[in-house]
Amino acid sequence: MAAASSFANSILTPRRPISHGIRMGVGAVVGGGILLAWCVITYGGLSDPLFMPSPHHVVLAFWQALRDGSLLRNTGASLLVINAGFFLSSLVAIPLGILMGSFRVVAAGLEPIVNFTRYLPVTSMIPLLILWIGIGFEEKVAVIFIGTFFQQIIMIADVSAQVPSELFNASYTLGATRRQVVTRVLLPATLPGIMDTLRVTMGWAWTYLVVAELVASSSGLGYMSMQAMRGLHADYIFVAILVIGFLGLVTDRIFKWIKDTFLPWAEQR
Amino acid sequence: MGALDIENVGLRFKLRSGDEVVALSNLHMQIPDKQFAVIVGPSGCGKSSLLDLVAGLKEASNGICKVNGIAVRGPGAERGMVFQNYSLFPWLSVQKNVEFGPALRNAPERQRAEKARHFIHAVGLKGFEDAYPTQLSGGMKQRVAIARALANDPEVLLMDEPFGALDSQTRSVMQELLIDIWEKHQKTVLFVTHDIDEAILLGDVVYTMSARPGRIIDTIPVDLPRPRHYDLITTPAFIELKRRIHKNLHHEVHKAIAAAAAHA
Repeated sequence: MAAASSFANSILTPRRPISHGIRMGVGAVVGGGILLAWCVITYGGLSDPLFMPSPHHVVLAFWQALRDGSLLRNTGASLLVINAGFFLSSLVAIPLGILMGSFRVVAAGLEPIVNFTRYLPVTSMIPLLILWIGIGFEEKVAVIFIGTFFQQIIMIADVSAQVPSELFNASYTLGATRRQVVTRVLLPATLPGIMDTLRVTMGWAWTYLVVAELVASSSGLGYMSMQAMRGLHADYIFVAILVIGFLGLVTDRIFKWIKDTFLPWAEQR
Repeated sequence: MGALDIENVGLRFKLRSGDEVVALSNLHMQIPDKQFAVIVGPSGCGKSSLLDLVAGLKEASNGICKVNGIAVRGPGAERGMVFQNYSLFPWLSVQKNVEFGPALRNAPERQRAEKARHFIHAVGLKGFEDAYPTQLSGGMKQRVAIARALANDPEVLLMDEPFGALDSQTRSVMQELLIDIWEKHQKTVLFVTHDIDEAILLGDVVYTMSARPGRIIDTIPVDLPRPRHYDLITTPAFIELKRRIHKNLHHEVHKAIAAAAAHA
């Protein structure tokens, strides 16, 4: 009785840590439950296999797409586009954002246009981009760039503005010049916030990528999904979704690893 | 001429309502070389602003601050500062924080590392050279900040309520530490606090500041013998000084509260 109530206490008290075993167990039960439901629905004949593929069909489709090379080709195409778009966007947004957050004159120049553009859904610009640059690699990179850039610059400007003035004052009283305050205080102080921003906006970039590939494309995981839909191959759509989810998870872990490894001094969030 | 001269210094600023606030009015102080001077005053009297003016972080509305006869125009390494919030660089280890000032001037790496180690040991943080600020307690952070200011070898050390954020036990330990360091590396210090015990315990001279607009209303030399220890605060001589400062200050605190109430 005492043991049971202490177990209840430990899991029903807000913010109370739970044991590793309980955490893994609960995770396995929920994950397994979803898998089980999927099996029941498909193998139990509760749904039309045309729209809802069974687990082993998805595995077979995955194997098939892997063997004929289409999965790797489309994954490669998507990765190339998202990395190019995200890299270009970050390359411009990081320095501009840092300046915008700390130099009033840069903010005065950029804020009006950035604030206008950030509320424009990038999807509204896709027809124009197709008209201007077609449906190839460059158009999709442009979609990701526009979708990511205006969010990144605002978030990084905020990171830059949040750097405590006391750090600047401390460095001034130690003899720092204005240039040294920028290079030795402002830049390192913004690094953890920039990493967090990149991690969050990378997730959004995946969304823009898939949208761009669904609308008009001849390669990529979104295109693969779209083709599968036209042929009523729901199993291939599942494969594409699962691969996208997996790649998102991997990129997130990579960002976390970079931060933990290179910025060990940053406070964990 | 003192090591630090404050001549007819005033500070005014405009509120958003358009009203002008006089934070400091016609302040005069002359602090001789290697003196430990303490300013004690009610909160909001402008004592921290005065330090900012001397540090060159703020500009005076009138008057001038001079360090060894040279007028202050902007911040400089010859006026080191210790802040209430420590203001350590979180991305640098204790060692690199303390080396920060010399590194800005490209001092030889060996020499600055040596110097940093010396002051890290002096503040009792031997063994914490490679720790990051987030791993330290408040008192330890402030030890690093003191070491960082001293390793830069300033002519004048400005201390803005450095122990104000610490619990009282840690504070008394830090006060003794500061006395000890100062008695070894004599420096001209301008120290701001609202704690009367702290002011007397540390200072060669205690200036009492009025409520806003801040003026010096009393100057008391503290003739207590050095080296000083914390148990000094229960001696009759100490209590006599405390009584005098307290009387002045108490009156000013009431004025400050009344002024704030009239404004609201």
